[in-house]
Amino acid sequence: MFERLRAMLIKEFIQVFRDPRMRIVLFVLPALQTVIFGYAVNMDVKNIPTAIFDRDNSSESRELAAIMASSGYFRIVRHIDHDDDARKLLDRGTVRLVLHIEHGFSEQLRGGETAPVQALLDGSDSNTAGVIMGYLARLASDYNSRLQSAYATRLAGQPPRIGRVELASRAWFNPNLESPPFYVPAVITNILFVITMLLSSMAIVREKEIGTIEQVIVTPIRKGEFILGKTLPFVLIGYIDVFLISAVGALVFDTPVRGSLWLLFLATTLFLMSSLGIGLLISTVSHTQQQAMMSAFFIIFPAMLLSGFAFPIENMPQPAQWLTLLNPLRYYMVVIRGIFLKGVGLDILWPQLAAMTMIGSVVLLVAVGRFRKTIG
Amino acid sequence: MNLRRLKSVARKEFLHVLRDPRSLMMGIGMPMMLLFLFGYALTMDVDRVPLAVWDQSQTVESREFISRFSGSRYFDLRISTDNYRQIEVAIDRREALIALVIPADFSRRLSMGEAAVVQTVVDGSDPNTATIALGYAEAATATFSRDIMLKQMRNIANTRSEAIPTQGKLPVMELRPRVWFNTDMVSRNFIFPGLIAVVMMIMAAILTSLCMAREWETGTMEQLIVTPVTATELIFGKLTPYFCIGILDLVLCVGVGEFVFDVPLRGSLWLLAPLSMLFLFGALSFGILISIITKSQLLASQIGIVTTVLPAFLLSGFIFPIENMPLPIQAVTHIVTARYFVFILRGIYLKDVGIGVLWPEVLFLTGFGVLVMTAAIRKFRKKII
Repeated sequence: MFERLRAMLIKEFIQVFRDPRMRIVLFVLPALQTVIFGYAVNMDVKNIPTAIFDRDNSSESRELAAIMASSGYFRIVRHIDHDDDARKLLDRGTVRLVLHIEHGFSEQLRGGETAPVQALLDGSDSNTAGVIMGYLARLASDYNSRLQSAYATRLAGQPPRIGRVELASRAWFNPNLESPPFYVPAVITNILFVITMLLSSMAIVREKEIGTIEQVIVTPIRKGEFILGKTLPFVLIGYIDVFLISAVGALVFDTPVRGSLWLLFLATTLFLMSSLGIGLLISTVSHTQQQAMMSAFFIIFPAMLLSGFAFPIENMPQPAQWLTLLNPLRYYMVVIRGIFLKGVGLDILWPQLAAMTMIGSVVLLVAVGRFRKTIG
Repeated sequence: MNLRRLKSVARKEFLHVLRDPRSLMMGIGMPMMLLFLFGYALTMDVDRVPLAVWDQSQTVESREFISRFSGSRYFDLRISTDNYRQIEVAIDRREALIALVIPADFSRRLSMGEAAVVQTVVDGSDPNTATIALGYAEAATATFSRDIMLKQMRNIANTRSEAIPTQGKLPVMELRPRVWFNTDMVSRNFIFPGLIAVVMMIMAAILTSLCMAREWETGTMEQLIVTPVTATELIFGKLTPYFCIGILDLVLCVGVGEFVFDVPLRGSLWLLAPLSMLFLFGALSFGILISIITKSQLLASQIGIVTTVLPAFLLSGFIFPIENMPLPIQAVTHIVTARYFVFILRGIYLKDVGIGVLWPEVLFLTGFGVLVMTAAIRKFRKKII
């Protein structure tokens, strides 16, 4: 048996790696993608491009702009002096915010009155707009406290003592609230899933389409050996990619694996069972590689989107949350994030591992059961 | 280019598509699935953040402070506790995302005119949600502080200013935010136009990246080579049925947006249609180019996903804003065509802008389409190697 399996493995390895471009696709691109996507996948809102429309042009209005610029949240890219410019800049997306300070701003403040300032906000990205609104509230409160204590000092002859509430915030697990520690592990899971599933889904159907399956069928190889021979190379590719991407993550993004490497290995094995199993299942029910690729994407997309990668599962409606329970990527994501971010171990992650074991075994059994070593 | 020959290639390709109903169904079903997933299941909106509170002060002020959180739609007060252990457990189990610990001297410090520090613990494992939740908390605290300050300032202004003309007055700068384009700040209105662009990109790549490679792999390319058909005719002929599927997908997407999800289309459909075709042409040509270069379906599928699908999702500004990316990555996004189409669709859908604003994107898409098509035609060799 081992002899036949070995022969099969040799054939498969030659087939996968014969094309040097394939080697690049399988080993260089994942690392490159991790770097690009690790930097790109970032929801931090900083340096909001802002235009100032200052019709007052006083020391007060300039101070407001200065506080804004020094906050780090806003980047003043334009000073405009026309209403139309505001429209144009917001239309084109050059700025997201226009601060419109009217004539008489400083006079109103000096007279102890309320001076309105209009903030025109591009709401098309509702999430970012919400964050900007929060920053604006903080900006207003900063500016007012300076303004009013100066005013009260002038009245009372000494700085007043005014009570205020401050938040001393501490973020657990990710103290600086940086995106990479959260998203880099997620990028690993996505890339691994896409590569292994696409490879395995096209594996058997490729032989069917070109006709070489007939040659395989006439050999004495058994069904189990054939499937093992088809999947083992991908398992190996999967391990190498996980190792490669984790190393890139640790070096470039400083997201070291805090938990146990053995646990990572175990979880990857269980996950590969599912992803390769689904791929094989697709391969057995498809007739052309086109069909196999379409079917694979039909599963890849919902699996990626319902994995909690960018969209928190808790926010989904209940039926969608139930659907995620069938998603192996969801469990792998929790495990990988747990190992990378929190360094947690088997005692916390065992339910996820158990779920992956179940999904993986069922899918693999069905795939092997469906496979026929006959033409027809 | 001979139209008759082009037509026969197109007819042959149509037959291929029609004979494989499963792939055709998925070609139409996949965009629908993505639209409905995003429409119903996926939301990035952060509201009703689960909150835990430990009020050590138990005073009017502290309760007022808490009510600023529990009364807003952004927070959902789930746990009131009197020990730190329970807060730890709540955050570990994700029952609370954010926790406030109000110190015992909260009211005393406020009335003494000092800063009362409220300890805030937030689960940072999802930095996006955590940042937004902290932003809400900061905003709620800022308004609470402002009200306290206003009250105390007014007292000072009232008592100390008999001889001063501005008696009892206090300067306040009031920021009045006005939201344009997506006035109700509904994330669906933002996601949807971008999603159409991403869906079109993905479909174009998936549909065409295998179509030439398949002929090489199964050997039928030899039969095509012996016919008098030229490279241009063959490529345009192959493109035709997929172009039709792409248009069908687009119509379905726009229709679903209009009739199912109520996404307002402010701009003109007459601008949307030709620009979409322009984009589709470029995207399909790119798929064909991949197919011509690789000559292997396995390789084509991998390259297709690496160069089109993942960048369309992650580098187009569809979910993750491009301006937040580091500059080198921003430079990379310039070669992601989906980026331009996302921009165009958002402009038309949300801002009702015309060609006067969108011309740089249109120019790029035109250039891209022409360039890729030329490359595809030149790369295609009617020879067996």
